[in-house]
Amino acid sequence: MPDPAPASQRTGTATARENPGAAVDFRATSYRLENGRELLHDLNLEVQRGETLVLLGRSGCGKTTTLKLINRLLIATSGEVFVEGRSLGEWDVIRLRRGIGYVIQDVGLFPHFTIEKNIGLVPKIEGWSTERIHHRVEELMKLTGLDSQIGSRYPHELSGGQRQRVGVARALAADPPILLMDEPFGALDPLTRAELQKEFSALQRRLKKSVVFVTHDLREALMLGDRIALMDAGRLVTILTPDEFMESQEPLVSAYMAAFFANPSKKERS
Amino acid sequence: MSLWQFILQNHVEMLQLTLEHLWMVGCSTVLAVVIGIPLGILITRWPRLNKPILGSANIIQTIPSLALFGFLLPAPWIGARADRLAILALTLYALLPLIRNTYVGIRGVDRSVVEAGRGMGMTGSQLLWQVELPLALGVIIAGVRVATVISVGLATIAAAIGAGGLGEYIFRGLAMVNNQVILAGAIPAALMALVADTGLGWLEKRMAH
Repeated sequence: MPDPAPASQRTGTATARENPGAAVDFRATSYRLENGRELLHDLNLEVQRGETLVLLGRSGCGKTTTLKLINRLLIATSGEVFVEGRSLGEWDVIRLRRGIGYVIQDVGLFPHFTIEKNIGLVPKIEGWSTERIHHRVEELMKLTGLDSQIGSRYPHELSGGQRQRVGVARALAADPPILLMDEPFGALDPLTRAELQKEFSALQRRLKKSVVFVTHDLREALMLGDRIALMDAGRLVTILTPDEFMESQEPLVSAYMAAFFANPSKKERS
Repeated sequence: MSLWQFILQNHVEMLQLTLEHLWMVGCSTVLAVVIGIPLGILITRWPRLNKPILGSANIIQTIPSLALFGFLLPAPWIGARADRLAILALTLYALLPLIRNTYVGIRGVDRSVVEAGRGMGMTGSQLLWQVELPLALGVIIAGVRVATVISVGLATIAAAIGAGGLGEYIFRGLAMVNNQVILAGAIPAALMALVADTGLGWLEKRMAH
């Protein structure tokens, strides 16, 4: 087994090297395209149970690749990924994915399904009874702040914010312990985004899922993350808590902070 | 003799020929759907088969229809009856729009939707039946529509090999240099194409997402 990351990469609330309790554990994981281009280099990273780990970095830095390695939409070309203590190779890929909620920026709602059917999809393919699904969908719509009236509507009849709520509700449907979120609020207008961030933060405090959250927005990272994993050019630069992040002397971190404070947008002032 | 008189005098035969025409078009379209859609699905799953399958369908399309009817004549069982032969030829012609539209329709389904489905743990067949095919249905029906309209026109040529249909009147009229007789074949065929086009067009719109 290759060595875990050097200690310098394990600041923050990093824990012991061997941790069977980690929700997700990357060990020396790399991902390379067929043409040889390496999108992710030697990643060592643990996601603790119940924490929100934010993957922060610019476009193309390997954040989304990292996320997709967890639910096996991509398969690591070297190294290993463990989910719930089991190597991905041991998992039945369908079982694995049904135990991991997945929210993406484009939402990916099924345009030909009603909102209710969209939210109830995983329970449905898991073979729940119609009654139980209906019950669960209602519960989730309440949880994510959706009016139960819209259950019979179709995605195109909803606003962007509503659609993204449906996306979150759908990911939570079968109560998966792990949630992967790929810039879920990226396409929303600033006000709606702030609203959803706040609600998600409150929701996560209650649900305590193990969340891996991809964003390029530092504000979002500081607000939602228990820890922030900063990535650059396919490598993990550092993992810090939001407080540590604000203090850090790491050049790339400082660059982020400088960019953030030099251009406070209107919503930061309000 | 006016066209109207001709129709009144020959309405029984005309009905007979129209039914023959419908039979050929209907059978060949159903066969093409049954063969073409699975082939279209197959090449979305096995991109390697894409070129040979679409290529063959393309080549068939380029064979002149009279020649294709001729080529198929020596085929056993098929060649024994002219209508079987015509149905086979029409099926072959209808394959290309069906395979291509199935392929294009499925490939055109929003990638984020497919990825969300995969990420949530849908199996390949769940993804196909619940997501890809329903969302591609509009495009697939557009393919059926094109194939049907082409078949209605091509089926008139089947009369040349004795398969009957409305082409009988067209060929007879040509031989007699009688426009009325030609029109008695051409007008019902055109109407048939128009009805198929409108009906399937309506269905296509209803199924599009």
